[in-house]
Amino acid sequence: MVLNINGEKHEVTVEPDVALLTVLRDHLDLTGSKYGCGEGACGACTVLINGNTAHSCNTPVSSVADKEITTIEGLEKNGKLAAVQQAIMETDVFQCSYCASGMIMAAAALLKKNPAPSEEAILQAMNGNICRCGTYPYIIKAIKLASTL
Amino acid sequence: MENQDHLHHPFEPATDELPSKPRYHFKLDRRKFFKLGGGGLVVAFVLHDLISLGNNNNSSAVAPQSPDDVDAWIHIDENGAVNVLTGKVEVGQNIRTSLSQIVAEELMLPVSLITMIMGDTDLVPYDAGTFGSRSTPQMGTQLRKAAATARDALIELAAKKWNTQATTLHAENGLIINTATKEKIGYGELTKGKQLVMTISDNVPVIAAKDWKVAGTSVPKVDEMDFISGKHKYVSDMKLPGMLYGKVLRPPSYGAKLIEADLSKAKNITGVIVVKDGDFVGVAAPDIRTVTSALLAIDAKWEERSDHPSNENIFEYLLKNTSEEKNERDQGTTTGNVESGLTEAAFKYSNTYNINYIAHIPLEPRAAVAQWADGKLTVWTGTQRPFGVQQELSETFRLNKEKVRVMMPDTGSGYGGKHTGEAAIEAARLAQEAKAPVKVVWTREEEFTWAYFRPGGVIKVDAGANKDGTITAWKFTNYNSGGSGLDTQYKVSNKQIAHVPCNTPLRQGSYRGLASTANVFARECSMDDLARLINMDPLGFRLKNLDDDRFVTALQTAAKAFGWNKLKPAGHGYGIAGGFEKGGHVGTCAEVMVNSDKEVRVLRVTQAFECGAIVNPHHLENQVTGAIIMGLGGALFEAVQFANGKILNAGLSAYRVPRFNDVPKIEVILIDRKDLPSAGAGEAGIIGVAPAIRNAILDAAGAALNTLPMLPNGALV
Repeated sequence: MVLNINGEKHEVTVEPDVALLTVLRDHLDLTGSKYGCGEGACGACTVLINGNTAHSCNTPVSSVADKEITTIEGLEKNGKLAAVQQAIMETDVFQCSYCASGMIMAAAALLKKNPAPSEEAILQAMNGNICRCGTYPYIIKAIKLASTL
Repeated sequence: MENQDHLHHPFEPATDELPSKPRYHFKLDRRKFFKLGGGGLVVAFVLHDLISLGNNNNSSAVAPQSPDDVDAWIHIDENGAVNVLTGKVEVGQNIRTSLSQIVAEELMLPVSLITMIMGDTDLVPYDAGTFGSRSTPQMGTQLRKAAATARDALIELAAKKWNTQATTLHAENGLIINTATKEKIGYGELTKGKQLVMTISDNVPVIAAKDWKVAGTSVPKVDEMDFISGKHKYVSDMKLPGMLYGKVLRPPSYGAKLIEADLSKAKNITGVIVVKDGDFVGVAAPDIRTVTSALLAIDAKWEERSDHPSNENIFEYLLKNTSEEKNERDQGTTTGNVESGLTEAAFKYSNTYNINYIAHIPLEPRAAVAQWADGKLTVWTGTQRPFGVQQELSETFRLNKEKVRVMMPDTGSGYGGKHTGEAAIEAARLAQEAKAPVKVVWTREEEFTWAYFRPGGVIKVDAGANKDGTITAWKFTNYNSGGSGLDTQYKVSNKQIAHVPCNTPLRQGSYRGLASTANVFARECSMDDLARLINMDPLGFRLKNLDDDRFVTALQTAAKAFGWNKLKPAGHGYGIAGGFEKGGHVGTCAEVMVNSDKEVRVLRVTQAFECGAIVNPHHLENQVTGAIIMGLGGALFEAVQFANGKILNAGLSAYRVPRFNDVPKIEVILIDRKDLPSAGAGEAGIIGVAPAIRNAILDAAGAALNTLPMLPNGALV
């Protein structure tokens, strides 16, 4: 099976129902996407499929074989951080940072569709992502900042 | 002022999760200090002055408080780079940053030149663990003194070299500068070709907090770039050549005994290693899918117990199952005569509070990678106690500690929930059999079921007060949740305080703030109820019975910022609560709204926080905000449901934690006491949240909620 990840083609030999997250992490060493719950309830594994957020922990790899997959590793373009990453650096958002990749992917997808999201739109888009350290107010602040960059 | 370093402090975690262990002692050995290579200057912090360097022939049996105890050291290498070696670990409290700031401040260096080497048992000195908010007050103070000593030593070296007085020199930006002649020399040049070891103890002058330039500022999280680009390797991200993935067979319920296990099908799967060793049954395979199939292929018969309590009857169960076991910390206190104090009181109050078990849910579950080579075991694992895990491994595998190395890369949080080494032991046993490295990462369900919980408990309060609002009697008994924050922080002449341990049906242990989340809840709810009984303002009633200035200031600061005396709309209520824990003083105000369907919404939380001189204001505010949000979960809806020895909500779709939508407007006011030593900040921020919300609901709707969580369904019943 050939996967299109971060603009590169990757040939993988796996059963079709293996989770995309497992393929990314164990087969391709793209470990930025995290395991948090295995049931799409925490958002730590969030990636983009054709620009839309998806929980890679419960996405069978065969379902994304012909699609554009973007992970946290693909967000940096030509050595430049995405706006949301820059804003997060500036806001100094995270504590343990384990949720960071999923948060950043969810926020990047939101900003792509809605470059100046309201607080309500941010809450709605981000509510599937858990930060157990409770840095939510700083994430919101960073997304608002990113929308101005 | 009493020096905090020398205060004997009780072993901080709720010790239930820890096996009893001997204290380690680290031997001073010059070679150890230069393990990183090269020469340079080392300054080690020791707790005592009696130091004998190079004397490595001592027996290993060292008496407690041995002069050989080294808690941390700083190594300035021949290139002027600074390595700080400490047993503390980073689990998101951003201690890597704040300890770097403290060292940078004294050494007059940019933070970027400092490398923190943390939680590697082969390299760093023994440390009991990262818990109890000790990193800043204890480790921070020691590193500060070591760094100050190093700076003075460098000045001395330069003075000798230039044949001048030390007083004419100063340190600046990694250089020693002759103030008059402007001659300069780098730290590395001064230490080149030397192997200098200095030890210091307590009486080293350090820079006063009011003069701080680096400490006291919001230095951004070090290594932040690695985290936000997905490059940081947590243990669960690690991969070693030839590494297998491991899984362990779990019982179907707590206390179940393995009768037999048919391993033949699992063994027949290509590439699978199966281990059965006593009660341990585990499998390893080259990929996660195969190892999962192998685990499912094991046909095991279990004998299950039938006498399990459930969360439906847990409070009754705890009261009926008190334990004889007494912990020294849990003796409680008795002052005056509580019974006569109660009899004589004009107002009498009695209440019972119930606290449910809750889960830590570190977003990164327990994980370990283990590797054996030449009889030595190396384990990378996410733990708050690398040396504790080293000890567990050395006991389990009957190895000398020197044959066990535990390393702790910065980990996906702990909140007191990662004091133990389960995954490390499991990975090590599988790796031993497989003769290859093995990684074990717990599933969320395993983390929910086989880790440990914040204890449930029952708290009974009997209190009395005079008409003028003086508390005359205070009887407080905590069943099971623990001794932290047990004693009242108000002035009471007659009191009886006790913690009664119970036989817990669930494995329990430390949690952020330990039992003070429960004890402060019961105390601060009772204070509000008493105030209402006497018809006093809840804040005024507290202040009348307080003589702790820091607590008073925290309450008043929060109340002022919140607008405690402002009018509120119908259906809205205000609540206040506070306390102090591990040097952190907190005052919390909450506003709630109860609508006509009796649904409750927390609108805002205002919290004043004071923990001495602030090392990093932004990270402190972030930490306190996080504690408030974590506190919301336990206050409103988090509860472990269990029955028949099983956890019924062992997943994040079933167990609700605070999310974006749950967050009220939060205002944190930091009180910077530059005249006081810096204390820890990770814990006290959580303690006022639940009682402030409870008291606000009482204010809004007249409903006194006495069980945590208060609103599992979001509305008053």
